[in-house]
Parts: sequence; structure tokens; C-alpha cells
Amino acid sequence: MLGLCLVSGKALWLLWFDNKGLERKHFPLPSSSVIPLCCPKNMNSSSAQFVTSRRMGVYDPIQQMSMWGENFKSNNNLNSSASLIVEDVKLDSQSEVASHGISGPSNQYDQEATKPVDKTQRRLAQNREAARKSRLRKKAYVQQLETSRLKLNQLEHELECARHQSSYMVGGLDAIHPGFPGAVNPGITTFEIEYGNWVEEQNRQIRALRNALNADVPDMKLRILVENCRHHYIELFRMKETAAKADVFYVSSGMWKTSAERFFSWIGGIRPSELLKVTCGSSQINVLGPQLSPMTEEQSVQVGYLQDACLQAEDALWQGMERLQQTLAETVAASQLIEGSYIPQMAAAMKKLENLVEFVNEADHIREEALDQMFRILTIRQAARGLLALGEYFQRFRDLSKLWAARSHEQA
Amino acid sequence: MDKVTRLASENGIVIFSKSSCCMCYAVKILFSELRVRPTIHEIDQDPEGREMEKALMRLGCNAPVPAVFIGGTLIGSTNEVMSLHLKGSLSLLLKPYEALS
Repeated sequence: MLGLCLVSGKALWLLWFDNKGLERKHFPLPSSSVIPLCCPKNMNSSSAQFVTSRRMGVYDPIQQMSMWGENFKSNNNLNSSASLIVEDVKLDSQSEVASHGISGPSNQYDQEATKPVDKTQRRLAQNREAARKSRLRKKAYVQQLETSRLKLNQLEHELECARHQSSYMVGGLDAIHPGFPGAVNPGITTFEIEYGNWVEEQNRQIRALRNALNADVPDMKLRILVENCRHHYIELFRMKETAAKADVFYVSSGMWKTSAERFFSWIGGIRPSELLKVTCGSSQINVLGPQLSPMTEEQSVQVGYLQDACLQAEDALWQGMERLQQTLAETVAASQLIEGSYIPQMAAAMKKLENLVEFVNEADHIREEALDQMFRILTIRQAARGLLALGEYFQRFRDLSKLWAARSHEQA
Repeated sequence: MDKVTRLASENGIVIFSKSSCCMCYAVKILFSELRVRPTIHEIDQDPEGREMEKALMRLGCNAPVPAVFIGGTLIGSTNEVMSLHLKGSLSLLLKPYEALS
């Protein structure tokens, strides 16, 4: 059994050979896919029967099939379906071979020999010409298909991207951020999908923590939840690190967060000192369960030192950022003085922008270290409360963004 | 290389930096907030800058600058400095060199 796919017009023609002769099946082309060519294993098997083109009443496919047979033997590549169709075979020799029978029933071709030779020759020449034209048409059509397919994939990506953005960046306006390049950044698309999943998992973990603290479960069980939560945050930092390589502005300006969260964004996330305030501040308040777990004197002192260190680190990093902004502005502005090409200045500016990635990563590093130190200072129960408070903090800001967006829509 | 090691052990707190590096600037700010006055070598202004850069890389730094040495020992780059600071260890290390002002 052999199979061949021809693309002709708007339909996909599947040709199956079997012992009974040539049968054609017609399949309408699906909207957005390219059908790879089936590759016949052995075009020249003796069981194949070639029906004369005259009998079939169709010249082109037959001619090309026989030529493709030679092609397939040497070029067994399913993926380059387009190239298979358009591969230019030595036309003349092949058609000669075809008409005189490659294999099998040569008796059908013997009948041809009884006609006058020049008529045969003329017909063959016409066939060749028609075949050539048909091949060119097919080539053009397939190339058009390929372009459309790529365009479609790109559009699907963009749609996915916009959809994800609008789902947790509430408010339609948020879905399109200014300066978004026409081409979709796959690294960012990946991040957005992953972040969507991350938030869902985060919400689940918050619920688990709340239930556990309410139910007053033993420390052992709490430890597992705390560790999960901790690893979950570390995962976010890794995701951001990867995304920063794809588009540092996206990460640093907090585009991935909801609008209210972004208001507090500091170099692509929460301020480390704020993070500590939210987590460690809650340990002193009995908000959940009957058990109080206030911090000891020693703990308070240590948290105090940690907080101071955070503030100093933040301040130093921020001043470094401001310097980067300043030097970048100077570099870009310098190009205005020089007429014509400003490529050297752009190149210098590009180098400066790479430093921004370092700053974003360093900010996350400080956040991660702050969390680590917090876990060191607090007990498990206190850490659980702290993480719950932190998770709820982000959750509330996400909800605030939704409420605000809804209000904006109502007023509009 | 000798020059880097030599310079690193000449003073208590030594920072190798580049004048154009903004991360180096951040580290310098942090140290000034901790009330110490480190010795700063701007390797991009040093004629042997390239060799010094290579030497620093060979010592194991991911980025040649900023490179912080305390008491002749390599502490690391921004990452290590920030970690130590949040752990509370940096202040302890710097205590002997604190400027009395």
C-alpha cells in the first residue's frame, strides 16, 4: 500500500495505490495545519500498477507521482513536505521512464507504441509543460500555506498572551501594555502561563495554611506546609530570573502583577522590608486560633536587625538603580547631538540595559535572603502565620485590583 | 595575579570596581552606610586593568566587579555581600575597621 499527498487547489488529494489500481480520495484541507506527505516505502514495487494518464483522464498527478517516486527514494524527509512537492526532478528523463513503465504492467504502455511517434512525442511534451506549470502553481500555493500557518501560530500566541494578561491584570486596558512589540516574546508568554499556575497554587497553599492554623495541627504537619510555601516562593524567583532574560522591562516594571500590586512594586516585586513587616508583624497578633505565639524579646531584636539590614540593602540597590537610569539617559541623549547614524550610542545603551537584569536579580536575591532569615528567626508556627499573612496580603491586593477595575468599568 | 592579591591585602577593606559599573556603586553606597571607608580600585582606570579583571575571574568571581576583600580574604560580589549583610555577619566582619566618626 502506498500513499501520496498532493496539494492541489483547495483540497488535499490522497492517493492510495493498491493492487486494484489507482484510487483517489479527496480530503478538504483543515484550516490551520500543514499535512505532511506520506512517504511511500517503495514506489517501485512490482505490485504497483500505473494506470495510463489517458485512462485516468488526468495527466498531471500521474506524471508527478512517478517523478516523486524517484524523489522519495533518495529524500525520505516527512517534514519538508513543501520541498518534496517542489523538488525539481529531471523532468524529461523521468517522464520517459514513466511512460515506458517503471515496473509492472508494461502492457498498458505497449498500446501507446502503436500510435504515431510524433503525436506521442507532442503529447509527452504537452504533458511535461503542463506538469511543470502545475508544479509551479503548487509551489506557490504551498508557500502561501506555510506563511499563513506561521501567521496563525503567531496570532494564537498573541491571543493566549492577551487572554492571560486580562485574566489577572484586571481591566481591559491592562491587557495591552504600551510599547509591546508586535512579535510575541515566547519567554514572557511562558512566564505568564506559569505565573497563572503559580497564583492558583499559591491560593491553594494559603487555604491549607489557614485551615491548618485554625485546626491547630501539630508542628510537624505545619512544617511541611511551611516548607512547601517556601519552595513555592523560590520557584517564583527562578521563574522571574528566566523571564528577566527574555524581557527585563516586563519583570522590573511589575507588568506581571495586578495593577494595585504594581503600585507598590519595587524593582519588580515587593520591597524586602515590606515583606518582613507583613510576615513578622503578624506573629504578635492573635488573629487565628486560640494560641498566641508572640515573638520573644530575642526574636524581636533579631527581626529588628534584619529589618535594618533590609532597609540598608534596599537603599544601596536603589541608588545603584538611579545611577543606571541616569547613565542610560545620558547615553541615549548623547545620540541626539550626532546626526545620522546613532548606532554606537544605541549599542552603548544596550550594554547598560543588560545591567538592569543584574539589578532585578539582586532585588529578588535580597527578598529570598530576607525570607530565609525570617525562617531562621521564627518558630514554625510563627512562620506559618507569617506566610499566611504574606499570601493574604498579595491576595487582597489582587482583589483590590479587580474591584477597582470593576468600579472603573461601571463609571465608564 | 600578584597585583590583585597585593592590593587586596594592603588594606582592611578593599573593593575592586569599575567607574561605569552601577552595581559597584550600589555596593559602595552600602559600605558607606555601614560607616566604613573601603579602599576602592577602579580597574577600568588602571593600566593593568585587563590582567586584574582576569585575575579576579580566576579567583572565582562570576563578575570581576564588584569584588570585595575583607582582611585580605575574598568575600565575593554583590550577592555574597547582600547575603552576609542580611545574615548580620557583614557588620561583624567590618567591626574592626569601622571609622570612628
